[in-house]
Amino acid sequence: MACISPDGKPTESGSKMLRALQAGLGSPEEIARDTGLPLFRVRSGLRELTQAGLASQKGDKYELSPKGGEVLGTSST
Amino acid sequence: MEEVREQVSHMPRIGEAAPAFEAVTTHGKLKLEDFKGSWLILFSHPADFTPVCTTEFIAFAEIHPELQKRGVELLGLSVDSVSSHIAWVRNVEEKIGVRIPFPVIADLNKEVSLAYGMIHPGQSKTETVRCVFIIDPNQIIRTILYYPLTTGRNMDEILRIIDALQTTDKNAVATPANWRPGDMVVVPPPSTQEMAEERLKQGYECTDWYLCKKKL
Repeated sequence: MACISPDGKPTESGSKMLRALQAGLGSPEEIARDTGLPLFRVRSGLRELTQAGLASQKGDKYELSPKGGEVLGTSST
Repeated sequence: MEEVREQVSHMPRIGEAAPAFEAVTTHGKLKLEDFKGSWLILFSHPADFTPVCTTEFIAFAEIHPELQKRGVELLGLSVDSVSSHIAWVRNVEEKIGVRIPFPVIADLNKEVSLAYGMIHPGQSKTETVRCVFIIDPNQIIRTILYYPLTTGRNMDEILRIIDALQTTDKNAVATPANWRPGDMVVVPPPSTQEMAEERLKQGYECTDWYLCKKKL
């Protein structure tokens, strides 16, 4: 996975997206603008983070999940 | 003959929706729809760690900033593993000092290659030829280029095509041979006799009623 390392920790780009979600940003476009990551990268990254249970999707928007919050709290990136 | 038919099962055409895909890339799993809203240049190369392909990757990396200014993303492809891609782009950065910023599809099962008609058995049954698909923000194919294994592509022409297509979309005009930004553009030809008669009075630079140009 591009956003999550084999050890289950988010990569740098994954952490950026999770922090953007934590800050209340919800659309891929907002997160791309905030993180400086390309939009295509954010769309695929959010899909991955959702599949891993670190984010959840509600319609067109995404939210940080409790598990995602815990990972951010313990992540060193 | 059966093998040839299987290899060239589909040739997408200009004006059609780009075939959807989900693929393993050097930037994770990507879907075509992830690029919706941007222009996309999907291009294939025959193989990693080969000379012409390496010069092309460097050239694509060099025009990447100009493409980004125009709202265009790059996506490469070859029938190689993601590990091969990673090793190759790291080698290019280490040996030549050029960072490859765009993702590259590892199309080991040839799913994307076959959907896009990238394998031409007269050249190779296992490697893609040098294809370029220019796909617009609505994911419609707008231009297709096919180059042989031996001939590297020209980045000036690829940029020129992007500029021409974007100019056409913005201004409802066509672009003549060898057009460059700033040159006169072609006014769409009249479609009725009445329009043809009026055309020569409209202040364009006309050779005749069907060939008129204007400055933007």
